[in-house]
Amino acid sequence: MHVVLVGTSHHRAPVELRERLAFGSRLGGELVSRLAGGDGEAVALSTCNRACLYLAHADRDAARGRAVAAFVELAGLTAKELEPALYVKEDAEAAQHLFRVAAGLDSLIPGEAQILGQVRAAWEAAAEEGATSVVLNRLFRQALHVGKRVRTETGIGETPASVSSAAAELAARVFGDLGGKRVLVLGAGKMGELTVLNLVLRGAERPVVANRSLEGAERLAERFGGRAVGLDALDRELERADVVVASTGAEGLVLTADRVAHALRRRRGRSMFFIDIAVPRDLDPAINDLDGCYLYDIDDLERVVKESVAGRREEAVRAEEIVAEETEKFRAWQLALDVVPAIALLRAFAEDVRAGELDRARGWLAALSESERKAVESLTSQIVNKLLHPPTVRMKQAAAAADGVVYAETVRRLFGLGEDER
Amino acid sequence: MGEAALLLFWPALVGYAEAALAYAGETVRPGRPARFAVWGVRLGWLAQTALLAAQAVRADGFPWASWAGSLNLFVWLTVGVYLIWGCRASFRLLGLVIMPLAVALFVVAWAAGGAGDARRSDFGDVFLVFHVGLVLAAFAGFTVAAALAALYLWQERRLKRHAPGVLRLRAPALASLDRLTGRTIAVALPALVLGIGVGFGRLEADGGGFDATMAVTLLAGALYAAYLVLRYEVGWHGRRGAYLALAGFLVVLIVRIGLTPVSHF
Repeated sequence: MHVVLVGTSHHRAPVELRERLAFGSRLGGELVSRLAGGDGEAVALSTCNRACLYLAHADRDAARGRAVAAFVELAGLTAKELEPALYVKEDAEAAQHLFRVAAGLDSLIPGEAQILGQVRAAWEAAAEEGATSVVLNRLFRQALHVGKRVRTETGIGETPASVSSAAAELAARVFGDLGGKRVLVLGAGKMGELTVLNLVLRGAERPVVANRSLEGAERLAERFGGRAVGLDALDRELERADVVVASTGAEGLVLTADRVAHALRRRRGRSMFFIDIAVPRDLDPAINDLDGCYLYDIDDLERVVKESVAGRREEAVRAEEIVAEETEKFRAWQLALDVVPAIALLRAFAEDVRAGELDRARGWLAALSESERKAVESLTSQIVNKLLHPPTVRMKQAAAAADGVVYAETVRRLFGLGEDER
Repeated sequence: MGEAALLLFWPALVGYAEAALAYAGETVRPGRPARFAVWGVRLGWLAQTALLAAQAVRADGFPWASWAGSLNLFVWLTVGVYLIWGCRASFRLLGLVIMPLAVALFVVAWAAGGAGDARRSDFGDVFLVFHVGLVLAAFAGFTVAAALAALYLWQERRLKRHAPGVLRLRAPALASLDRLTGRTIAVALPALVLGIGVGFGRLEADGGGFDATMAVTLLAGALYAAYLVLRYEVGWHGRRGAYLALAGFLVVLIVRIGLTPVSHF
């Protein structure tokens, strides 16, 4: 069985084309049923950055043809027009590609975590349609293992890759657990909302939103089950807040260092973390000089994200080593598949011989006690297993070295295996 | 120095030194070095434990009565206290402060003959076990507290200065470092007070003068008591508390390195 991958991604196709090639769960289900046919296997993976069809089939050319035809149909283009946007990979190369995808190495931001769930969902959907079997089940199970291994053994997914998640991570570096930490939001902008979302997801309390227009504040507060206040309540709320997120559209400073210093005195030295994502800035830069106060503006956060993504790229080198190691394992397993039928036939043949001989000796076996009969059964089984162990191991080794088919055929001929089928 | 002691001293030193280097490597390329470092600490500490056991067997009594011997025991206690947290991924960087210090003090203890065959002390074993054990355990706690405080100041500085790589290195949160510094001192201080109490008890019974070591040890105790009051009652969190913990440790260092804590008894 060969594994064939036909697909496209953000590396090759613009978003307009990816939109046309994308398939949802219903269409994906139909697609894999059709592509698997009665004699193959198929999994369809579609995300915002890629559309891939993984097929397992004895005839690789036929599998490739089916997959390309499916994409041509989806795109409404000719094969020639679509060809530059598609990549085709086979066997170990296809496995390597899937492992890289699952590890987040093929994503826009290395180590992106969402893709692993998407790979799992695609495999499960295909399995539900009955479109997967031995080969693709093994391939996708191993891909999920690779994804987890890369995230456990490297730091590729540890650092944040967006401004809002970096802000939440920095707050966690100050407070540790954000559970119970109070968030004060100044302004009701979209960026502020994303940052609050990240803080709340990490356990921070429902936010208090302070805005010039109470209506805007209420809208954002409602989204997180928080509370809206006017800017006149700012000093009171500042005393209680642990994290302050500022994203107003104000022309000048909304919060000065003096006001924060005043609040700090009432907080008995408890730390505060300030996130200023507004341009022009809302928060006085001098706040960062106050003891126990940490202020990050949009430029600071972008620098942190840039460094964080650079770190992910460094970790990607280690992740590639894991992918290469796992690809080799899959290659060895796939090659061993060539000898599996011969091994199964050989074992069945030996078992037939053993059972036949025991049957012929039924007469004198009847004179034995139950435990003695069981001992004879066990003894003959052990002899058969010991005899078959070396050829089984050698055939698998030969398969890994690409001689498997020759060995399998030799065994078939020597023992006359499967001659009835022929 | 006995051969058995030598055989155990070197593995312990190599383990600690490897850990110190690996922790330094962790700051350059986070990830794998920290795992090697933790194993270095564990194996080194096990080797030192065996070394102490060998010393105890050969000495036929309390073998760490000398200044160098007590330094050996102090290193073991300090690394032992560190191991409680050091295995947690977020606290591994604490080793960046602890392990170089452990290596330096361990070498000093060895050079001064404290890691070899120990002689029996002239003083009662029970007194030494309680007095030296409690004071050294307290000092070990203060050392770890100082390491936590130093790590706090380092991480706080990185956060204040917006170091671009601040998130690449896995370090404990400032609040955790601050809290643990306070708790470690809160546990170590009673041990010091008890140890000093036992020392004064013997002084009362056997006679003897009040000397510089005792005075500086009392000063250390007073500083740490002030730390606890200021932290928990006045709200000296963060940087100020960290500086005070480091000041206390400086006094501990004077007692441990500059003066002779045990031999004068």
